[in-house]
Amino acid sequence: MQQIAQQLIYGIQLGSLYALIALGYTMVYGVLRLINFAHGDVYMVGAFVGFYACTRWLPFKDLAVHPEAAGANIALAVVALLLAMAICSAMGVVIERFAYRPLRNGLQKADAHFWGLVLGFPITGLFMPVFAGWGPLVAVAVGIGVGFAMRPLVAWLARRVKLSESRLNALITAIGVSLLLENGGLLVFGANPNFIPNILPEHTYTLPGGVMVGSSQLTILGVSLFLMLSLRYIVMCTRPGKAMRAISHDIEAAKLMGIDTDRVIAFTFALGGSLAGAGGAMVAALTHVKITPLFGLLPGLKAFVAAVLGGAGSLPGAMVGGLLMGSAESFVAGSSLSMFRDAIAFCVLIIILLVRPAGLMGRHVPEKV
Amino acid sequence: MRWLALRTGSVVACIAALAIASKLLSANLDTYVFLVVIQCGVAMTLAASLNLINGITGQFSIGHAGFYAVGAYVGAAWTVLWQPIAVRHLPVLQLGTPVGDTLTLLIAVVVGAAAAAVAGVVVGMPSLRLRGDYLAIVTLGFGEVIRVVILNIDAVGGARGLTGIPTLVGSGDLAFFWVFGLVVAVVALSRNLMRTTRGLTWLAVREDEIAADAMGVDTTRVKVTAFVVGSAFAGVAGVMYAHYFTSISPDVFGMDMSIIITTMVVLGGTGSVSGSLLAAIVLTALPEFLRFMQDYRMVIFSTMLVVVMLTRPQGMFGHGEISFSTLKRLRRRRSAGVAEP
Repeated sequence: MQQIAQQLIYGIQLGSLYALIALGYTMVYGVLRLINFAHGDVYMVGAFVGFYACTRWLPFKDLAVHPEAAGANIALAVVALLLAMAICSAMGVVIERFAYRPLRNGLQKADAHFWGLVLGFPITGLFMPVFAGWGPLVAVAVGIGVGFAMRPLVAWLARRVKLSESRLNALITAIGVSLLLENGGLLVFGANPNFIPNILPEHTYTLPGGVMVGSSQLTILGVSLFLMLSLRYIVMCTRPGKAMRAISHDIEAAKLMGIDTDRVIAFTFALGGSLAGAGGAMVAALTHVKITPLFGLLPGLKAFVAAVLGGAGSLPGAMVGGLLMGSAESFVAGSSLSMFRDAIAFCVLIIILLVRPAGLMGRHVPEKV
Repeated sequence: MRWLALRTGSVVACIAALAIASKLLSANLDTYVFLVVIQCGVAMTLAASLNLINGITGQFSIGHAGFYAVGAYVGAAWTVLWQPIAVRHLPVLQLGTPVGDTLTLLIAVVVGAAAAAVAGVVVGMPSLRLRGDYLAIVTLGFGEVIRVVILNIDAVGGARGLTGIPTLVGSGDLAFFWVFGLVVAVVALSRNLMRTTRGLTWLAVREDEIAADAMGVDTTRVKVTAFVVGSAFAGVAGVMYAHYFTSISPDVFGMDMSIIITTMVVLGGTGSVSGSLLAAIVLTALPEFLRFMQDYRMVIFSTMLVVVMLTRPQGMFGHGEISFSTLKRLRRRRSAGVAEP
């Protein structure tokens, strides 16, 4: 009994993180009918922002050496969380602007410039040894120069671009962005796993029945709950939220009603990115998970499964789905089948899609000819 | 009769050409270059077999590495675990003799293909009820489940992988023959499919599933057949891989492998056999010859993937093919251009 309760607590902690990521998936799916594959990597970036904030950027003090710094550290942790949310929401907006919007509206000059620049930097990096002696500013300048030289290439490729209605193109673009973030992350952050020292006070509370709850688990649960409630407020009670709901209902009709759909979609990505960033930063600061540029992939997929389980497009569904996913995983991990821990998510996904494709709380949309 | 003679003649000519090419290449090519050529062959088979599912039938599977893994593991399990038992009763299978080697490899091919086909049925039957991006995610999930299951079977080495597979493909100078024979087989199948009534039903499912259904095409059956055939070929590619490189481990067949195979088909143009073959060569050979790029190549690759999707959503070739008739048309166009005053 005590074991089960203990696994449940762990499952809720894991599940609230999955729910945070799943909300980003489900919002984007609701608005664009797009599986934003890169969302798990936004979460990874959030974790790295959290990591750098805790170890380099902010003056955290190691509690083992300075036990009196607990209060200051908590204040700084809030700053780190906000920083991760801000950076990740900006990333979400950039991804939407340059990878997904051209799929809807066609490639514009700015997009060609952007992708030329993105191509230009690694190509410049290749020849780094040549001008390493000239200083970093020159390297950046050369990168920008090469990037602009790449722009005609992108424009040439796009000379007869036909907009494709296929959602699979969008999916492959999303996979490409995800690969780009992972490999770019490997380049920027390095492949070595990173750890964070203990910077927040850690208490363990014993509940009646001998179940242990750590303060970090309570923090994750509390912050996630707060963020989810704020999201619910934004979506249900503000004008941008109302516009989001209108778009998810019918994007063409929303356009006719004078809603600036591109802006609202960007806002959706910003919201999703900030939630994923918060989740990543909390994982980095509070749990002892190895952070690598590839670690967003699996939680991202599991959170996606959670979103589908709850019903893609439904916010409460994503929360419930996340919690169910987390508990299922923690029970499997605690049982004798622990080696199938990573497979359970996919088994759940396969079963739910075959039995109830609309998810627990989703609406079934019949196909029209 | 003439038809039969023509068919037999072309098959014999093909085998002869492959055998001669195999001898010549293994004698003259640098070992490393030859290795890359073999890798290209395996990748071409994988891309062409996925093209049967994604391109010709228009379904979207991104878990192809799972079937590749099933073929590789079952084929290797036959040669490593069961073949020594079989030899006791059938001395013909003795390894080291040309007949024994060939027979063992052929049985491995059959066993691997059958196992991958069965996996294809098991995965395809339920998941092909789904469409579009959901189907994609479920196949990705199944691919991962297959990998995790293999990881936990101790008889084939679990996470350590299976080593000590006899080099049935790699020994002698027939490696090119086997691997590219397979490529020719899958390409011939795709080409013939596109020109038969049966193939037309596959294409109809791609163009409009509901309309095909209304026209009396058994869409479920078509989709499952395409899935099974594609999986079987991926399985044979796995057998070739295992018996050339002599060791396999689950991490070779991970999600990134699936995504690379999908990328080949998509970049080449879904539905274009020659496009996916070309993309398979480029995506396999380029990283090998660009080793000096190290960390940067994957960044450049993924950026190129996004850029191609944004600029040419139909892939580099779209539904088009490069064939002799294309070349003829090009030449005619050029000579027409010359003739103009």
